[in-house]
Amino acid sequence: MELTYIKAINSALHEEMQRDENVFVMGEDVGELGGAFKATEGLLEAFGEERVIDTPISEALIIGAGIGAAVLGMRPVLEMQFADFISCAFDQIVNSAATLRYRHGGRAQCPIVVRAPSGAGIHGALFHSQNPEAWFTRVPGLKVVAPATAYDAKGLLKSAIRDNNPVIYFEHKRLYRSVKENLPEGDFTVPIGVAELRKEGADLSVITYGGTLAPALDAAKIVEKEDRLSVEVLDLRTLLPLDREAILATARKTGKVLIVHEDRLTGGIGGEVAAIICEHAFEYLDAPVRRLAALDTHTAFSPPLEEVILPNTNKIVDAIRNLAAY
Amino acid sequence: MAQPEGARVATEPAARVEQELQLYYWMKLIRAFEERVSRLHRQNKIFGGVYSGAGQEAIVAGVCAPLRDGDFVAPLHRDLGVFLVRGVDPGRLMAQLMGKETGLSRGKDSFLHGGDLERGIFGSTSMLGSSLPIAVGAALKFKMKREKNIAVAFFGEGASSRGDVHEAMNFAGVQKLPVLFVCENNRYAYSTPLEKQMAIEDVADRAEAYGFRGHVVSGNDLLAVLEVTERVVAKIRNGEGPALIECKTYRYRGHSEHDAALYRDQEELIEWQSRDPIPGYELFLEKKGHDLKRVREQIDERTQKVVQAAVEYAEQSPFPKPEEALEDLFAPALAAAPKK
Repeated sequence: MELTYIKAINSALHEEMQRDENVFVMGEDVGELGGAFKATEGLLEAFGEERVIDTPISEALIIGAGIGAAVLGMRPVLEMQFADFISCAFDQIVNSAATLRYRHGGRAQCPIVVRAPSGAGIHGALFHSQNPEAWFTRVPGLKVVAPATAYDAKGLLKSAIRDNNPVIYFEHKRLYRSVKENLPEGDFTVPIGVAELRKEGADLSVITYGGTLAPALDAAKIVEKEDRLSVEVLDLRTLLPLDREAILATARKTGKVLIVHEDRLTGGIGGEVAAIICEHAFEYLDAPVRRLAALDTHTAFSPPLEEVILPNTNKIVDAIRNLAAY
Repeated sequence: MAQPEGARVATEPAARVEQELQLYYWMKLIRAFEERVSRLHRQNKIFGGVYSGAGQEAIVAGVCAPLRDGDFVAPLHRDLGVFLVRGVDPGRLMAQLMGKETGLSRGKDSFLHGGDLERGIFGSTSMLGSSLPIAVGAALKFKMKREKNIAVAFFGEGASSRGDVHEAMNFAGVQKLPVLFVCENNRYAYSTPLEKQMAIEDVADRAEAYGFRGHVVSGNDLLAVLEVTERVVAKIRNGEGPALIECKTYRYRGHSEHDAALYRDQEELIEWQSRDPIPGYELFLEKKGHDLKRVREQIDERTQKVVQAAVEYAEQSPFPKPEEALEDLFAPALAAAPKK
C-alpha cells in the first residue's frame, strides 16, 4: 500500500494502539484536530479520549505525566507539537526520564516515546525549523532515532513504542507529504541502533540521516552521471546509539567520508561520527573527514537567508567533488 | 507491631490503639534515623548532600498512614520518613545513603533519589517540583485502568514557584485525577524566606484556581494532618478529583547538613521547636490513657535497635564494583508481551 511518511506514522500509531491496550497518545491538539500535522488523525474516533489525550500547552507536564504512567506499565507516545518546543520539557527528558532506571538501581523502566516534528526548509523560521537532536544524543539512558523514509518512519516508531526505554523520535516535517512509498501489509519493525546502506559505492561515502538523505542520494546520482564518481550513502536512522560498525565499514571501504546533516555544524552528531572514524579507521582514510551541515546560526526566515544556511543537493554535490579531488 | 507495655486498655477497637502507637513509633523512628544520619555525615560515613526533615515528621507520618499498597508516592528531598513508613528496609535505606551496593540505587545516586517502585515510592530528582507532573501521570494511569489507587506528590513551598507545579496542578484539575498534592511549607527555600517567594500567605489558595480544594493545616500536629488527609484521601479515592493540603511547618536544620542557616533568627527556631510534633503527640497519648513513660522507653529502645541494625547492615555492605558504572542505564530491549 502506498503511504506518505506522515501516514506511515499514523498507521504505526493505529496498529500499536490496537496491539497493546497500554499504548496511549498525549499532547497538544492530538485528539479532535488529529495533531497539527495530522499524525494522530482518526485515533480519537478509534480509541476514545481516554487513550487520545488533549493536553493544555504544558510540555513539561506532557513528558512528566508520560513518565509517571510509564513507570506503572503504560506505553505513552508523547507529542511535542514542534520539536522546537521540546526545550520546555528538557528537564523532564534528560533528568527525570533518562536517569530513571539508573537512579532506581535497575529496578524501574521508563518506556516513553517522545515524537518531535523537527526540521527546516518549510519557511518555519527560528522556532519551527529546529533540529534539536544533538541536545539529546549525549544523554545516557536515552535512545534517539530520525527516520528518513516512510518504511523507517513506521518501523522505527513501532520499535520505539515496544522499547522499554525512553526514545526520542525525530520526524522531519518536510518529509511528511513529500516522501511516499509502497509499504508491506502487516506488522514490521525497524531495529533501533542499525544504520541502512541506501546506495553502494566505491569512491566516497556520504553519511547522513533524516532530512538530508534525499538530497544526498540526488547528489550521488548527479556526480555519478557527471563526474563518474561512485558514491556510497549510509543512512544512520538511529543517532543514539550510533551504528559504529556500519560507520566504520563504509569509511574503511571508500577511505573518504562526507558527513551531512541539517542540524548545525558545531556540536552536531557529525562531530561524533567523524571522531569514531578518526579513532578507529584512521589508517584507511585517503582524505580528512568532512562535514556539511547548517551554518552555525539560527534558521532564518527570509528565503535567501534560509537558502544560504541549510544544506541542499547542490551544496552536497560541491562537497563531494571537493572531497573526491583531495 | 507488638503492643508495648503501658499501652492503654481501650474500649475502642484495638486497631485504633495500634495505629496511635504506630504513628508515634514512625515519628520517633524518623527522628532517630535522621539524627543518626546527621552524625554519620559529620563522621564522613555518609557523603554528599543530606537534607534533614527534622521537625517535619508529623507530615510524612500523617499523610502516609491512610495510604494503601499500590498507591504512588513522590516524596520530596527531606521525606526520608516516607521510605520508612512505606516499609523500605531501614538497612537498605541506610546503605543507599552510604552509596553501597545494597542501597536502593545500588550506589548510582545519592540520598533519596533512589526510589523503590515496588513500594510505590518514586525517586525524585533534584529539580524540585519536577515530580508533580510524574505523580499526575501515575494518577492518570489509575484513572485509565479504573484502579482505586491514588498518587501523592510532596513538595515544598520553594518548589511551588516552579512551572512544573503549575502545569501539573492545572492538568490534574482539568482531568479530575486521583492525586493529592502535599505542600510542606517550612518557610525557607534554602535561604530565601517566604515573603521573597510569594505575594500570598497560603500556597493552598492556588488550588482554587485549578478547580479543586486547598486545605491548610498545622504540619506539626500529627492528628490534624492525619484527620484532613483521611478525609481528603477518601474523597480522592472516590473519584472526586485532586486536592491540595498545605502543612505549615519549620525546618530545624539548614537546607542541607553543610548549611548552618545563619540567615535565620534563632528566636524563630526556638519558637518553632516549642511546637515540636513529638511532644505534642505525646500529650495526646497521655490524655488517651497510655503510660507515656513506659511507652516512650520501649519505643526509644526499639528505634535505637532498628537504627543501629541499619547502620551495621549498611557499613558491612560492599561498595559497587567500578564496572557497575555502566550498568542499569537501559532496560532489556524486549517488551513485555502485550495485553490484548
